[in-house]
Amino acid sequence: MSAARHDLGPFAAGTLPLLFLGVLFLYPVLRLLLLSVEGGSLAAFEKAATDALYVGVLFETVKLSLIVAAICLALAYPVAYFLATASRVSAAIGFGCLLLPFWTSILVRTYAWTIVLGRNGLVNRLLVDLGLAAEPVPLLNNEIGVVVGMVHVLLPYMVFPIYAVMLRIDRDLAAAAAGLGASPWRVFTRVYFPLTLPGAFAGSVLVFVIALGFFVTPAILGGGRVITIGLLIEQQVRQFLDWPFAAALSALLLATALLIQGTFQRVLRGEARWH
Amino acid sequence: MGDREIARAETGEAVESRVAAPLLALAGIERRFGDRRTVGVAALAGVDLAIRPGEFLTLLGPSGSGKTTLLKVVAGFEPPDKGSVTLGGRDITATAPAKRNIGMVFQNYALFPHMSAAANIAFPLAMRGVPRAAIRQKVASVLALVGLSGYDARLPRQLSGGQQQRVALARAIVFDPALLLLDEPFGALDRKLRAQMQTEVKSLQRRLGIATLFVTHDQEEALVLSDRIAVMNQGRIAQIGTAEDLYRRPASRFVAEFVGEANLFRGRAGVIGGPVHARTVEVKLESGAAMRATLAPGDRSVHYGADLALVLRPERPRRVGARDAFENHVAGTVAEATYLGETIRYRVTLEGGGEIVLRWPAEGERLAPGTRLALGWPAADMTAVLWA
Repeated sequence: MSAARHDLGPFAAGTLPLLFLGVLFLYPVLRLLLLSVEGGSLAAFEKAATDALYVGVLFETVKLSLIVAAICLALAYPVAYFLATASRVSAAIGFGCLLLPFWTSILVRTYAWTIVLGRNGLVNRLLVDLGLAAEPVPLLNNEIGVVVGMVHVLLPYMVFPIYAVMLRIDRDLAAAAAGLGASPWRVFTRVYFPLTLPGAFAGSVLVFVIALGFFVTPAILGGGRVITIGLLIEQQVRQFLDWPFAAALSALLLATALLIQGTFQRVLRGEARWH
Repeated sequence: MGDREIARAETGEAVESRVAAPLLALAGIERRFGDRRTVGVAALAGVDLAIRPGEFLTLLGPSGSGKTTLLKVVAGFEPPDKGSVTLGGRDITATAPAKRNIGMVFQNYALFPHMSAAANIAFPLAMRGVPRAAIRQKVASVLALVGLSGYDARLPRQLSGGQQQRVALARAIVFDPALLLLDEPFGALDRKLRAQMQTEVKSLQRRLGIATLFVTHDQEEALVLSDRIAVMNQGRIAQIGTAEDLYRRPASRFVAEFVGEANLFRGRAGVIGGPVHARTVEVKLESGAAMRATLAPGDRSVHYGADLALVLRPERPRRVGARDAFENHVAGTVAEATYLGETIRYRVTLEGGGEIVLRWPAEGERLAPGTRLALGWPAADMTAVLWA
């Protein structure tokens, strides 16, 4: 009797949160998705898949997400390497800098970029004062601003998977490679970098999937000129009150994310074929 | 320095070079951990060591004795604070590991997990720009040498511990290095496999004639494999010699206790006498009894009144009959007898305090606990070293 109760313990503890998620999250999502096929018609999906405008937005969103993921990867790799190899104190400071933004609302952080990137912002002032640009360069209300803002928000999601993989790499491997005649560059390209690829891949997929559905940053820094799927969905709901179409777009977005997630499931768990 | 000393130093060098020019020579190696300018722990406190061509030399010591650090200095992973490393007559103290041409087997093998066995073994050859066809041929022959033909395509995780070790060994010898370093490579293997790999490594080393520096804390392993053993303690070489030298004539109490089992008596040195090559010393024990022991050849540290440790190996004492006369005698009672296969180990409580351990062949007469014994041994069977 007491054993049975003991066995039920974790189950009982998990029930409430699961119920909470099921009722308050899954149910609305399912309701929304059902809206897309309201009346047994697939018209909304047909519109989303065939109209050049919407297909174009989907394509642009994917392109934007790829760019963001690529820039994040390039920036995060050295950061992760620093964190994985630095002394304990330096690593703690590094993690602090990386996690600091999480304590601030994403809204505040995004608006902060309008101050930095604006016509009279920090960057343009510097460019003009240094004579690098004759007049302020448009950095806001276009793709540049959106990419900068999204990279800023998503960078930690790239750093952590790479960092985790780097931590697991046996330090003797680099020493062994050097002892066997490899130059520092060869040690990196032939041994260290290939071993970090699962982390880089996992981080890229994660950032890409999150970037696909991003809303706040493109809305503020894009100034209405950069339309992503997320923005499109919001527009359909708020301006055109076309709930079925918004639901169809949401379903497409979800399907894309799940497809990518499912395809790279193994990699996302940080596994590689040699482990 | 007086003329005579110079002359002696010169002849000494001449003799040494005639015997065999060392392949690897370490001179005055010092290495401190922590900040070099402040205190810092001395990992290596002045090590001199020479390895002869084709020799299997073992660094034996407890953990923290500096043996692994010394290996890393030779490999080039740890720069020494002072001293020089010479390999084949070339000073490599400041040479990068990649340019030293030294093969090393790591404790955990350090195989590249994303490369097949063949790719691992090919790595040092590829780094040296060897043509592909030659690499393929060489890899195949080395795989055959370590008995792993047909395992080319396996990833390290698809190999057993023993197989991984063979790949690591193959990778370390495939480029014909001048020297082979082994860092406790048998630690991760079970007992049976360990013995098998030891035999294989030893015969491979013999066949290739490659000078090998081997690090271990396991004295049995050291005895099985080595031509010579350097016992390390607190960043220094406590003694270097053949296994027999170390066992029969330990140079310090540390070596006596670390290599094999030892009975120790403590006492003060009395008169020193006997021929130069086998000087003996009279010793007055704390108990008041007198004993006579032999000094290690060339030992000049022992003087009248010195605090001594007398080292007696457990198989040395003999049962004394009425007519036997040895230089050393004790009497006691068997407290415990342990059967160890080839030998029986007796713990004997001595009259007048203390105990000694005996190891006698198991085929001989068995003694039951409680048996009274009179034991004796000649001065030649007991070595006197400084207690400190």
